[in-house]
Amino acid sequence: MTKSDDPAPDAHEGGAAELTRRDLGKTAMAVTGAVALGAFPVGAEADAIPEILRADDPIPLDLRVNGARLVIEAEPHVSLLDALRERAGLTGTKKGCAQGACGACTVQVDGKPVLSCLTLAALVEGAEITTVEGLADGEDLHPLQRAFIEQDAFQCGFCTPGQLMTGAACLAEGAATSPGAIREYMSGTLCRCGAYPNIVAAVDTAGREG
Amino acid sequence: MRPFELARPDSLAGAMAAVQAPGAMYVAGGTTIVDLVRAGAERPSRLVDINRIPGLVGVARTEGGFRIGALARMADVAADETVAAAMPAVVQSLRLAASTQIRNMASIGGNLLQRTRCPYFRKPDHGCNKRTPGSGCAAAEGDDKAAAIFGASGACRAVYPGDLAIALIAFDAELEIASAEGEMRLMPLADLHRLPGEAPHLDTTLAAGDLITALRIPASASARRSVYCKVRDRASYEFALVSVAAGLDVDGSGLIRDARLAAGGVGTVPWRLTEAEQALIGTEHGTQAWARAADLAVRDAVPGRQNAYKVDLLKRTLVAVLRNL
Amino acid sequence: MATRAIPPGAAIGRPLDRVDGLAKVTGQARYSADVPAEGVAFAVAVNAAVARGRVASIDTSRALAHRGVLTVITHADAPWPDHAPARTDLEEPEGGVLWGRPDQGLHLVLRDDRVRYPGQPIAVVVAETLEAAEYGAKLVSARYEAQIPRSDLDAALRTQTPFLPPGSQLMPAGDPVDTRRGDPETALAQAAHTVDQDYSTPMEHHQQMEPHATLAEWRGDRLTLHDASQGVHIRQGAIAAAFGLPRENVRVISKFVGGGFGGKGRAWPHVVLAALAARAVARPVKLVLSRDQMSSMVGYRAAHRQRLRLGADADGRLTAIAHDNIQPTAAHDTYLEATAKSTRALYACPNVSTSHRLVRFDVGVPTSTRAPGKAPGIFALESAMDELAFTTGIDPIELRLTNYAETDPRADRPWSSKGLRACYAVGADRFGWESGPIRPRRRREEPWLIGRGMASSVYPGFRAPATARCTLHPDGTAHVESGTLDFGVGTYTTMAQVAAETLGLPFEKVRFDLGDSALPEAPVIGSSRTMASVGSAVRAACQQARAAAVQRAPDSDGDLAAALATIDVPLTAEASVAPGDEWDRFGIHAFGAHFCEVGVDADTGIVRIRRYVTAMDGGRIINPKLARSQIVGGVIWGIGMALMEETRTDLVTGQNVNTSFADYLIPVNADIPDIDVVFVEPEDRHANPLGVKGIGELGIVGAAGAIANAVFDATGLRIHDLPISPDKLLAAL
Repeated sequence: MTKSDDPAPDAHEGGAAELTRRDLGKTAMAVTGAVALGAFPVGAEADAIPEILRADDPIPLDLRVNGARLVIEAEPHVSLLDALRERAGLTGTKKGCAQGACGACTVQVDGKPVLSCLTLAALVEGAEITTVEGLADGEDLHPLQRAFIEQDAFQCGFCTPGQLMTGAACLAEGAATSPGAIREYMSGTLCRCGAYPNIVAAVDTAGREG
Repeated sequence: MRPFELARPDSLAGAMAAVQAPGAMYVAGGTTIVDLVRAGAERPSRLVDINRIPGLVGVARTEGGFRIGALARMADVAADETVAAAMPAVVQSLRLAASTQIRNMASIGGNLLQRTRCPYFRKPDHGCNKRTPGSGCAAAEGDDKAAAIFGASGACRAVYPGDLAIALIAFDAELEIASAEGEMRLMPLADLHRLPGEAPHLDTTLAAGDLITALRIPASASARRSVYCKVRDRASYEFALVSVAAGLDVDGSGLIRDARLAAGGVGTVPWRLTEAEQALIGTEHGTQAWARAADLAVRDAVPGRQNAYKVDLLKRTLVAVLRNL
Repeated sequence: MATRAIPPGAAIGRPLDRVDGLAKVTGQARYSADVPAEGVAFAVAVNAAVARGRVASIDTSRALAHRGVLTVITHADAPWPDHAPARTDLEEPEGGVLWGRPDQGLHLVLRDDRVRYPGQPIAVVVAETLEAAEYGAKLVSARYEAQIPRSDLDAALRTQTPFLPPGSQLMPAGDPVDTRRGDPETALAQAAHTVDQDYSTPMEHHQQMEPHATLAEWRGDRLTLHDASQGVHIRQGAIAAAFGLPRENVRVISKFVGGGFGGKGRAWPHVVLAALAARAVARPVKLVLSRDQMSSMVGYRAAHRQRLRLGADADGRLTAIAHDNIQPTAAHDTYLEATAKSTRALYACPNVSTSHRLVRFDVGVPTSTRAPGKAPGIFALESAMDELAFTTGIDPIELRLTNYAETDPRADRPWSSKGLRACYAVGADRFGWESGPIRPRRRREEPWLIGRGMASSVYPGFRAPATARCTLHPDGTAHVESGTLDFGVGTYTTMAQVAAETLGLPFEKVRFDLGDSALPEAPVIGSSRTMASVGSAVRAACQQARAAAVQRAPDSDGDLAAALATIDVPLTAEASVAPGDEWDRFGIHAFGAHFCEVGVDADTGIVRIRRYVTAMDGGRIINPKLARSQIVGGVIWGIGMALMEETRTDLVTGQNVNTSFADYLIPVNADIPDIDVVFVEPEDRHANPLGVKGIGELGIVGAAGAIANAVFDATGLRIHDLPISPDKLLAAL
C-alpha cells in the first residue's frame, strides 16, 4: 500500500508496516452471512474513470463564498478552513482545534452549519459557503449579530464566528423552540470564556424578534 | 496533513475505477477521514469523493422496514419522523451523537465506519496496533479508563465509539455493499465489525474497494418499543461512557415476547447482549428479569485497571433502561 | 443595541455593550493568527517523543525534501544571534525558578540536546504553506537516549520529601509560604468537633479557544510579534532578554486575544521558535500551536494534594484550621501556587496554620490558571466547612456566619470593605435556601437525587503599578491608552467608561486603546487586578489631562467640552500610579457566595447542575453587564472543574493523554443552566481610587465546593477528589 515515491512511513507514525484491507477482505467475506444482490457495470467504460487530482499539485478551486465567486489555488488536502483563512484572507472563521471537536470553524454550506476544519475545500466546489463575514446584509447586521452584542454573548470573541454561524442556522431552521433546544443545538460549539447563558439568550431573543 | 490524490467520480463505476489505486479510500462527509489523516492515523494515497454518485441518498419505507442511502447524512435520518415512530432507538442514537455540525456532515455509511476514539490511536508517539501494526498497545500499561471491557485482545482494547451501530445491530440491520468487481451484496451489520484479535488495524470485514451503498433496517415490534440511552459526563457532545440500545415486545400479560439489547462504549465492536436478550424472552417484564439480564450482560466483561466502573455502569444503565421501557 | 447616549460623566456603573462587539460579531476582530503579513511563512513545532533524556540525532532530510518546506531548525543550528545570552548560562542548578529570570527560561529553547519535559520542542519546520509545515513536522524523526520519565505524582509523593526552594514566597512579593498563628495542634486536640480530610484536584489545562499564536517579523535587529499574550510589556522584556536585545527593539502587539485565564502570561517556547524561524527565513513567520500542543508546550494548573483540618467548639465556632498543601512542579523549573493562602483570611479563628510544599518530576512547568491556588484551595476549605456543618448539624450559612471574620484575621486591621454577609443573605434569598442542618438524600425526582449546596468565595484585591496616557483632542474626543489587554474581560469598554466618567465627556467621545508594548506600561492582565491597576492609572491620566485643559481655558468654567473647543492642538497627560501602603493598613479582598442545586442520576452517577445563584462582592462594578459575564464565566469554569476537567497522563511515557476537546472535557452549552448573578457593592474607599476589588476570578473560587456540597446533599456521598465523575459516585450509590 505504501507508495513507491514514499518509501518510509511518516517518522512520527512509528514505523508502520502496513497491511491492506485487501489482505483479509477475501477470507473475511467467506465467513460472513452475505447474500448476493446482483451486479453493476464497472471498468468497461473508459469514461467512468474520473480525473485524478495529484497530491502535490495546487489546482484552481472555484468556490462560492458569501455570494461571490472565489477562485483559489489549493492542493486536494487543503481544508476549507485553511483555504478561507490562509488563501482567501477570510480570517473571521477561527481554528480552535482542527479536530472537529470545538465548532469554532463552523461555516454554513448550503445553509447548513458544518465544520470547515474537516471539510476539504475541493469537495465543496459548487456549494454556497457562508462565513461570518457574509452574515450581515451589507451594513445591516443579522438579528443574531445584534443580539450577541446586546446580550454580551461573548467575551474573548474567538468562538463567536462559530457560535453565530451555528446560531443563525438554528434560527433559520426554526430549531430555536426553547432554551433547552437552543442549548442542545449549540452544544457542538464550545466557549471557554463561559458565555453560554448569554449565547442562549441571544439566539432566543433574535428568534423572538425575527 | 499528508498529501493525497483526489478523485471526484460521478458514478459508482467511476468510484470503483478510482479506488483501485493502492491505498485509496473513500470520503463522504470527511468527519472521520480528514481528522485521522491530519492526526497521522490514516495514510491514504488517494481519496475518492463519493458525494457525487447519484442514488445513494434518501430514506425510503420498504415492505420490511426502511432503506437508507449510505450518503444520507446523520441529520437527515435524525429528523425523519417516520423512522422515529417505527424505531425510536435508531433515531435517538443519531440525535444523541456528535454535534449539529457533524450530524450535518457525516454520512450514515461513514458513521458506521467511524474509527476508535482510544486516545493512543491519535498519538503517533505511542504504540497502537490499530494505527501501526506491531507497535504495541499503549493502553495496556497506560491510560485505559475509556477502554473496552468486551472483545479486547492483547493487541488492542480500543472501544468502538459510535452510537448508531449500537442501535442498528440490536435490530438486525443489514448493509448493501458494492464491490470493486461490480457485485452488490447484502450483509448483516453484525458481520461488519471485526474483533481486534491479532489484527486490530482491520476494523471491518470490508474488502478493498467495498462501498456501503445502503442500510436496511427491518421493522419489528421490539424496534417500535425501543430506546437508546447514552451515559456521558457532559450533557451533550461526548462519546458514550456506556450506552444501551434496547427494544422489547411485551404481550398483554406482561410477558416479554422479544428482547433486543446492545451496548456501546464497552466493546471493541458494537456489542450485542445476546445472552441477556435470551434471558428476558419468555419472562415477566419486571425487576427480577432486568437484574438477571444485567448480570448476564456483563458476565464476559474483562475490565482493565481503570475501566472497571464500566461493568457496574452498564448493569445499572441496562436495568434503568428496561425499567423505563 | 443599547444607545451610546450616555450623559457626560456618568459612564461608570452602566451596563454598556462592548465597544469591540461589532468587530467580534462581524469577523473583523483580528487575533494574532489573523494578522496579514506580506510573504508570510508558516512554522510548526516538532515535539520530543520522549519525556526525559537527550536527542541523539535528528533526521530532517525527509522534511526538507517535502515540497514547500523552507527549513528545519534544531538545537544544532538554531539561529540564535551572537548577542543572545551565552550557552554557559544554560548550566543551572536542578530546578531553577525560570519564570523569575528576565527571559522566563526561554534561553533553553533549541539550545542543547536535553529533553527536560514531555512535549518539549526539539525542532521547528518552516514552510511556504501551513499544510507543508504541518506535514513537514511529521517527517522529522529523532533518535533519543531516553531515560525513564518520572511521571507519577503519587510515586513522587511516596519517594520524595516535599520541599520548598530557598527564598520561596507567594504573590504578592513577600507573602510568606507558611504561616502559623496560635496553636492549631492543641486546639484540634481539644476541639468538640473535628474534620481531618485529604482533598485532591487534578492537572487541568487552560484550553483557551484561541491556541497560542505568534506572528514574528524581523527588520534588522528589530523584532515585531503579534502574539496571543496576557502582557505585552512583560513579553517584550522576556523576548528581548532571550535574544540579548535592548527592550525597545522588541514590539509585542496583542489587540485581540482569544482567552487567557493565566495561560498566556508567561512566554512559552513557541514564541521563541517563531522568532527563530522568522530569523532563519528572513520572512514573517506565523506559528500556531495545535490543540494537542496546547496540552504539552504550555503551562497548566498543577494537581494539588491538600490536607484540611478543622476544629470547632460545640457551637461550631472554629478553634483551629490547618491547611497543608503539596503540589508538583517540573524537575527543571519551579512554580508555586498560593493554595492555602486565602484560608488565612476567610474565617475568624485564633489558631491557623498553612503550608505549601513541592515535589518535582518530569513535567512541563505549571503556571497560573484562573484563580491559581484559590480555586483548588477554597474547594478544599469549603468542602471541609460543609463537612463540619454536617457533623455539627448547623446550617451551612449559619456556620459561616458564626465564624464570620469582621476584621482581617491575618493581622489587626480592618477590611477595606466586606460585603460577604450581604452575599450570603441575598444569595440565600434568591436561591430560596431553607435554613437547617444538612440532611442528605431527602429529595428525589426519579431518577434524580436532588441536592443543594453553598460555598464562599474569596479573592485578594491585588493591584500593580500601571501607566496610562490620555490625549484630548480639539474635536472634543479623548484617546486613552495603556499597554494592557482585553482577552475577553472587557478592558476596551470598561477603561473607556472610567475615562469618560473621569473626564466628564460623553462615552462615545472616548476611545481606549491597548495591546501594544509601544503604549504606556501595564502589568500582566491577571489576578483580577486590571481595573484596580490600569483603571487607577487611566483615572489619574484623565484627571491630569482634564485639569490641564481646563486650566488652559479659564473661561470654560470647568466644562471640558468647552475647554477643548478652545484648544487647537491635542493635549496629552500620562500618569503612572502604584499601590501605596493600603495592603498594610487594610485587608483587601473580594468575596462572594455560591448556591447551587444539582441532580445526581441515581442509576448512572451522572451529575447535572439544575440551578445556580451567585452573589458577589467585587467592590464597585464598572459595567454590570460585562461583570456579570465575568462571574458567569468563572462559575462555568467551576462547573467544569467540579464535574469533568482532568488532564490524564500516561505514566509510562509521561505524555498527557486527553489532549483534544473530545476527551479533555470542558462544559458545553447543554451543561449550563441559567446562572443568576447579583452584585453587592459595598463602598470601598481604601482598596484603590476606583473602589473596585476584582471579579475575574471570584466566580470560580468556591464553585467546585458548592457543587461538591450539593452532591453530598443529594447522595450522602462526599467526593474529595475532583472531578466528581460517575465512576467515583457509582461505587457508593
